Amino acid sequence: MREIAYEEIVKNVRDIIVYSASNLPEDALNAMKEAYEHEKSPVSKEVLKQLLENADIASSEARPLCQDTGLAVFFVKIGADVKVVGGLLKDAINEGTEKGYIEGYLRASTCEPFSRANLKDTVGYNLPAIIHLDIVEGDKIEIEYAAKGGGSENVSRARVFPPAAGKQGVIDFVRECISDAGPNPCPPLTVGVGIGGTFEKAVISSKHALFRNIGSINDDPEMAELEATIKDELNKLGIGTMGMGGTETVLAVHIEANPCHIASLPVSVNVQCHSSRHTHITI
Amino acid sequence: MSKTYHLTTPLSDETVEKLQSGDIVYLSGTIYTARDAAHKRLVDLLDAGKELPFDVKGAVIYFVGPTPPKPGDPIGSAGPTTSYRMDSYSPRLIAEGLKGMIGKGKRNKDVTDACEKYKAVYFGATGGAGALLGKQIKSAEVIAYEELGPEAVRKLEVVDFPVTVVNDTHGNDLYKIGREQYEVK
Repeated sequence: MREIAYEEIVKNVRDIIVYSASNLPEDALNAMKEAYEHEKSPVSKEVLKQLLENADIASSEARPLCQDTGLAVFFVKIGADVKVVGGLLKDAINEGTEKGYIEGYLRASTCEPFSRANLKDTVGYNLPAIIHLDIVEGDKIEIEYAAKGGGSENVSRARVFPPAAGKQGVIDFVRECISDAGPNPCPPLTVGVGIGGTFEKAVISSKHALFRNIGSINDDPEMAELEATIKDELNKLGIGTMGMGGTETVLAVHIEANPCHIASLPVSVNVQCHSSRHTHITI
Repeated sequence: MSKTYHLTTPLSDETVEKLQSGDIVYLSGTIYTARDAAHKRLVDLLDAGKELPFDVKGAVIYFVGPTPPKPGDPIGSAGPTTSYRMDSYSPRLIAEGLKGMIGKGKRNKDVTDACEKYKAVYFGATGGAGALLGKQIKSAEVIAYEELGPEAVRKLEVVDFPVTVVNDTHGNDLYKIGREQYEVK
């Protein structure tokens, strides 16, 4: 049994939060540069240039890329041979989140659902974090983190189709979602698609799909082909960067597929803005 | 062909009427921030016949909830938030004399109708360019609803703040025009 100190987890979580807020990861940065090269609309190209400049300023001056520094979302795999010493893993992640958001001068964006009262002085600064836990073999903790903004989350959708809907049903559903969203989720986008499982499994899969590196190829050739098909369809919509019109609306489509019930075809679309602040570490 | 303007707030009817969807505007002067919760309170004040915390005539409201400033800075990152959430409140403020709104994303017909009727424009700023846009803000002061944290109403002094006209006073919509040009049917 390997012992990992509570404080070590707090520190690691704090550090990735502060770093991610102002440093666009390489995969996202490269995808934006590629979009800039390919974009045919001069207006969208100009806005992409502004966004690349923004990434430069954010990184060199340690300023948040975007004022929406997100809710903190974690997918955590804890090795069965790990014992966290000094406290609970979830508490450590929440404490690291609060520290990171305060010390990085990031925004406190959590609130009550109806009164809309900010939770910074009650529950905690930008708490609670959204944490998905899984137990795996080994003696390490793997933490995947993303700062998830509200604008792109607001256009996300899930629906359970009858099996007859098939691939075309999935393609049409994603297209409708992105078309209706237009400029609102801050394109160019990464589109996470969760297919199969139960209702909530599809939704969580669509979220996790956004943590995959942009530009990586799906291990499943059938899904890789479907990703390419959907991406082409979405780029025909003409939405462009920030909805100004253009050829580059989507940077990537990521699918996570699961076995499902013989009666259902659940599909979830989770949208990620161009500021794809995600990272992963292993402790 | 889109034109470029350098404008100083407050804005007059004559000024906003010459703006066309797609024009680039560098705004300077005082602008006010307000998001969802603040908009609700502003409209509640109007409904109660009370005075607003700032003069809305000729004013520009920026839909933004900035990050906290680092020591020595006036403000943190400050890009636009999605504007449709303010759609139920904006027409009322436009009727009171609001001349400009800065945000990102689509507005509904009530807002664009009000823009035509009362002469106001909706500007788009680049979403996700918070670090860059924050640098154009030279001072920031909370003037109402401090308890709302990032959603408090702030008075900002901006210099050459870059925006694009999305909805003008003539019924044009840049998002529609732009998309139609590149959509593959």
